[in-house]
Amino acid sequence: MIFKVFQAGEMETLFGLLSVNRIVGPVEKGRDVDGKPLYDFDVVYDFKDLKLDYGQTIHSAKNYFLPYRENLCTFTFDNGDWQKEVDFGADRAHVFFGLHSCDINALNKLDKVLMGNIYPNPFYGAKRSNMFIVGYSCTPTPSCFCHSMGTDSVLHGFDLFLTRMGDEYFAEVQSARAYHILERMETREPTHEDHLHFRKTTSKKRSLFTCEVDTSDLTKILDMEFESEVWEKWGDKCLSCGTCANVCPTCYCYGVEEEVNMDFSHARKVKQLYSCNLVDFAEVAGGHNFRPESSTRLKYRYYHKHRGFVEAYEESLCVGCGRCGNACLADITVPEVIASVREGEK
Amino acid sequence: MENKLQFVDLATSHGKKNSHPGIEHFEYSYKAEITNLYPLTKTEKLYQIQIVDPRERKDFTFQPGQFVMLELPGIGEAPFSISSSPIRHGDLELCIRRVGKMTNFLDRVKRGTKVGISGPFGTHFPVEEMVDNDILLIAGGLGIVPLRSPIMSVLENRSRYGRVDIIYGAREPLELLFTYQYGMWKQFDINLDIIVDKADDKWTGPVGLITEILQKRIDNGTPNDFRKKTNAIVCGPPVMFKFVCEMLIKAGLPMEKMFVSLERRMHCGRGKCCRCNIGSTYTCIEGPVFDYWSVLNLKEAI
Repeated sequence: MIFKVFQAGEMETLFGLLSVNRIVGPVEKGRDVDGKPLYDFDVVYDFKDLKLDYGQTIHSAKNYFLPYRENLCTFTFDNGDWQKEVDFGADRAHVFFGLHSCDINALNKLDKVLMGNIYPNPFYGAKRSNMFIVGYSCTPTPSCFCHSMGTDSVLHGFDLFLTRMGDEYFAEVQSARAYHILERMETREPTHEDHLHFRKTTSKKRSLFTCEVDTSDLTKILDMEFESEVWEKWGDKCLSCGTCANVCPTCYCYGVEEEVNMDFSHARKVKQLYSCNLVDFAEVAGGHNFRPESSTRLKYRYYHKHRGFVEAYEESLCVGCGRCGNACLADITVPEVIASVREGEK
Repeated sequence: MENKLQFVDLATSHGKKNSHPGIEHFEYSYKAEITNLYPLTKTEKLYQIQIVDPRERKDFTFQPGQFVMLELPGIGEAPFSISSSPIRHGDLELCIRRVGKMTNFLDRVKRGTKVGISGPFGTHFPVEEMVDNDILLIAGGLGIVPLRSPIMSVLENRSRYGRVDIIYGAREPLELLFTYQYGMWKQFDINLDIIVDKADDKWTGPVGLITEILQKRIDNGTPNDFRKKTNAIVCGPPVMFKFVCEMLIKAGLPMEKMFVSLERRMHCGRGKCCRCNIGSTYTCIEGPVFDYWSVLNLKEAI
């Protein structure tokens, strides 16, 4: 891998060079009751609006590559017949400026299921192929547990990854196009001291995590505790609202509906992101529901993230960003649920 | 504008490096026509659906047990098992109960309606591997629908199979499907046993649970045959699977020779929407046909 170092002041130059494209990055959206800023990803037009030292955004950036609502196709009716037109919903490249390693890892995980060998999804692929990603190192928040999920660092899936070191940035360069952009800025080659500084910085970051999840043997333990009473306890708390899936960077499931326009000349097939916590998620024709209780749906969610995906891809689907716990109206958090499932081990 | 990122158009980039062959066909559906439809019972109709383009129709191949996504533009799209023989290619028969918004609309359409078909999707009953063996087909209620394709397949290759039994249970005689074909099935030396929960005035057959007929069949066979040369294909309501499969295991049938077809409501059929997931097993990709060993390892499967 190629490394570069540049002065903190050059960050604005980098933003300027990339700003001929549409840039999506963390911005301040408002304040919470304690006056603390609330961040989310949005289109950024002015470098001053880019809040790179955000702790965590409320939502992930997934609306830009897995839109909450998306047209799968349009039908035109004509004389008892119809024509179908498909548009993958991408018309330009986007720059994602300031994604943390958890969110880049989330994309890498989504790639496995959405761009793997089995029916790769062009709606996702069209957007994914047009992303320029500038990763940005973070400072763990109290709800971050990416360290436990092995996603606190990221090995691939970005163009550029920047780590703040004093007055400078250490840049990991992973694409030729990122290299060419850096050529237009003032950068220097890193020295041995820079390398040491970088390693000290990342090891300091690792020491700052306060939230942990024990994932050892978790797939087996989830199977053993399938009938455990803890699921009912969490199910009683869960409001089945789907907020967790809404903010999750790796929740990708959806439902499809068709709509006819008012003059019956056209129809659309619309995909809407869904949540396995919603009551009708596993309902089949005739009304039989395979997961009618809130506890079975909540359990399924954990089962998919922490067991099923591991079985299929040898890694968890959860990246430990902590967004679901922060957003949950019933204060259900992943570390607490998993700790309760593992209760009595020690 | 030298910093402008080049747009990669997935719709036209096929053949180039890093592209996924065929990705642009993800949402493709065959234009098909409902050439005929007729009621089988008060709630089910058989739809004969033909892919319009002759070339596409011929190239459409499937295996018994697979399903298609049937699309009614503007109304909806849903998965249905194919009930016709694989040798008929894209000249399909789907047996559909009117139960929801889309199927009630289907109930009202006329011959000649243009629909969309995509697929075929999912795993199939491995009838090829059952050659020289006995086959036990067990269906409860609508479960006969996905079984009709392997039944047809066996009929068309009758000399290649040993003893073939169909055990079929329904709630009442009026709910029995494909009644007009029972005579033909029997002519192919197939033992057909039908049982209903509740008889009507005309019913002369047995009344009771499907497990009663199965028990008789097991008592008539030899344990050695069940262990060595019998395959079972089972489809029915979730509650039936457990009882029937437990009986078959007790009779000595190996779990990897028992096949079930599971029902879930797919929204994509392509392993993307997660609606049919059991754990994180996609029923649309790894199913709908599973051997019973796989089912035992799936939580909440039946």
